[in-house]
Amino acid sequence: MMNREKIASFFKRESSVSFMSSILAIIAGMLFGFILMLIFVPSDAWAGLKIIITGAAQDGNKSFGNFLYYSAPLIVTGLSVGFAFKTGLFNIGATGQFTVGGFAAIFVGVRWTFIPDPLHWVVALIVAVLVGMIWGLIPGLLKAFLNVHEVVATIMLNYIGMYLVVLGVKRFVFNELYSQSTNIVSSAAIPKMGLQYLFPDSSVSGGIFIAILAVIIIYIVLEKTTFGYQLKAVGYNKDAAKYAGINEKASIIYSMSIAGALSGLAGAIVFLSTSGTHISTTYVLMGEGFEGIAVALLGLSHPFGVLAAGIFFGYIKNSGFYLQELAFTKEVIAIIISSIIYFSALSLIFKKFIGIFFKKKKEKTEKIGDDE
Amino acid sequence: MWENLPDILRLSLFVAIPLLVVALAGLFSERSGVTNIALEGIMIIGAFTSAYFMGLIYDKTGLDGNVLFLIGMIIAISFGMIFSVLHAYASVSMKADQIISGTALNLFAPAFAVFIAQSLTGYSKVSYPSNSFFIRETFLSDLPILGPIMFTKTWMSVYVGFFLLILAYIVLYKTRFGLRLRSCGEFPQASDAAGVNVKKMRYAGVLISGALAGLGGLFYIVPITGNYDANFGVYGYGFLALAVLISGQWKPFRILLIALLFGFVSKLSSMTILIPFIYDMKLPTEILNALPFVVTLIVLAFTSKNSQAPRAVGEPYDPGKR
Repeated sequence: MMNREKIASFFKRESSVSFMSSILAIIAGMLFGFILMLIFVPSDAWAGLKIIITGAAQDGNKSFGNFLYYSAPLIVTGLSVGFAFKTGLFNIGATGQFTVGGFAAIFVGVRWTFIPDPLHWVVALIVAVLVGMIWGLIPGLLKAFLNVHEVVATIMLNYIGMYLVVLGVKRFVFNELYSQSTNIVSSAAIPKMGLQYLFPDSSVSGGIFIAILAVIIIYIVLEKTTFGYQLKAVGYNKDAAKYAGINEKASIIYSMSIAGALSGLAGAIVFLSTSGTHISTTYVLMGEGFEGIAVALLGLSHPFGVLAAGIFFGYIKNSGFYLQELAFTKEVIAIIISSIIYFSALSLIFKKFIGIFFKKKKEKTEKIGDDE
Repeated sequence: MWENLPDILRLSLFVAIPLLVVALAGLFSERSGVTNIALEGIMIIGAFTSAYFMGLIYDKTGLDGNVLFLIGMIIAISFGMIFSVLHAYASVSMKADQIISGTALNLFAPAFAVFIAQSLTGYSKVSYPSNSFFIRETFLSDLPILGPIMFTKTWMSVYVGFFLLILAYIVLYKTRFGLRLRSCGEFPQASDAAGVNVKKMRYAGVLISGALAGLGGLFYIVPITGNYDANFGVYGYGFLALAVLISGQWKPFRILLIALLFGFVSKLSSMTILIPFIYDMKLPTEILNALPFVVTLIVLAFTSKNSQAPRAVGEPYDPGKR
C-alpha cells in the first residue's frame, strides 16, 4: 500500500510526468522508424533496429568514443536554444552562431601560431565563444531596442554569417584542393584529456567535458542566481517582470548573448579537432543548429534534460553511421529523431493518460478510507 | 544599366513569387492563431512529391508543357495539405507546443524526401521536363513596361502567385470565413462565444497554409533546374518566407512588397555584371549574396517598432481562459 502511494506520488510530480512522457515519445518514435524500415526494406528492418539500439557497441570502445564525440556539440547547441527558450526567446539562429564561432576557432587555430602551445586551444575556444556571442548580441540588441522579432533577425543572421564565413575561409584559411578550410595546427585541437586511453582510435576529445561543464554552469546560472531568476521571469511574463523592476531590455540582450556564446562554443568543439572537421565553401546552412532545437525541445529546455537528450541523439546519430552498412540511408535517424520530437509534442496525451490512471487509483483508495 | 532593368525585375519575380506564396501560407495559419514554422518542411514535401510525380507522368505518357505543370501544382497542393494535417492535429487537437510540432516536421521532411527518393529510384535526385513549362511569349508581350517584365520569358507561377495574393486578400478581408478566421487568431474565446468553431477554423487555417506552402515548394524549384535533389531541400526558403511574413506585418500587400524587395536585391546582387558602377567595386560574391539578407534586416529595424502580430498566435485554444 505504502509502495503504491509512493509510486503514485512520483508519477504525479510534474517533472517525473514530463520525463515519463519523453520516454514514451522516444519509444513511439523508434517504433515509427522501425515500421518505416519494415515497409521499405523488410529483410533488413530487424538488423537495422538492432544497429540503432546497439550503435555504440558496434566497434567496442571506438564507437563508444565516437558517440560521445557526436553528443558534445548537440548538448551545447541544445543548451543554447534551451537557454533562450527559458528566457522566452526562440533562438533559431544557433546555426549562424555555430558557424561564425567555428570559423573563429579555425582562424585562430590556423593563423595565431604565436600563442604558446598549451594555451593555443584555450584562446581559440574563447575567441569562438566571443564571436558567437556577438552573433547573438546583434539580434538581442535589435529585439530590445527596435522590437525586431528575434526569429526573423536570427534567420537573416544565419545566412549573413554563412556567407561571411565562406568568404573568410576563402580569404584566410583556404584549402583550394578540397574547397574547404585548412587543417588547424595540432596545438589548437582540444586535448583528449585522457579519453584517448579509454576510447582509442575514436574522434572523442575533451569537448564532451567542456559540454558537461557548460551544462552545470548554465544550471547554476538559471536555478541558483538572481540573474538567472530575472531572465526566467522575463520569459514567463515580460510585463510582470518589468513591474517587479527587472530591466527587461537588458535581460533580452543578456540571454541572446549567452545563447550565442554557447552556440559559438559548440562550433569550437566541432572544429577544434584533428579528426577532419572542416568548413566547406558551399553555400549551405549547417544542420547542427537545427538539431540543437530538437535537443532543447526533447530536453524540455532544462540543462540536465538537454544533457540527456543530447547524449541520446548523439547515440543514435552514431548508430546512423553504422546503419549505412545495410540498405538504409542515414536519414532514417533523422526521421526517428523528428518523430520523437513530434510525439513529444503530443506528450499531453501521455500526461493525461498517466494523470488519469493514477488519479483514479487515488480516488479509489480515498473512498475506501471514507467508508472506514 | 537601365535597359537591363526589365530583365532584372523579371528574374526577381522568380525569387519573389515563391516567397510570396509561402508567406501567404504562413499568413493563413498565423491569422487563425497557429504559428507555422513548418513552412520549410511543407515546401520540401510539395517540391519533392510534385517533381517526382511530374517526372513519372512524363516518362509514362510523354505529357509535358503547362498542362503537366498544372497537374504538378495539384499534386504539390494535395501533399502539402496532407502533410500539414500533422501540424494541425498536434497544435489544434492536441494543444501541443506549436514550435515543437513545426520543428519536428522541418526535420522530418528533408530526411523523408531523401529516404523515399532513395527507396524508389536509388538516387536522391528526380528530374522533370521543366523546360517545357517555360513561357517564351504571350499576346501581351508587347505591352509597355509590364510586357517584358511579366509576359515574356516567364513561368505560369508568376500569374498564379499574383492571383493567389488577390484571392488571399479577398478571402481574409471580404468574406465571413476570413473574418472568423482572423478573429480566432486575435481572441478565440470571443469567437467561440459568438458561435465560431475555433477548432474548425484553425484546422482550415493550417490546411490552407499547407496547400500554399506545398505549392510554393514547386514554384521555388521550377525556375531553377529541371531536376530536384532531395539532399538540398529548399535552401531555407521556408524560413525566409517566415521572415517575409513577419516583416510584412501579417498583411498581404506588405508581404508582397517585402517579397519583391528581397527578390530585387537578391537578383541585383547576383547580376552585378549588368550594373557597371557596382561591378566596378569588385565586391566578393559572398558579400553580394549576403546583401539581400542585410537589406531585409535593415528594413526590419526601421519598421518593427509596432508589431502587428495576431494576438493569440502560438497559444493553444483554452475555452476556460479569460
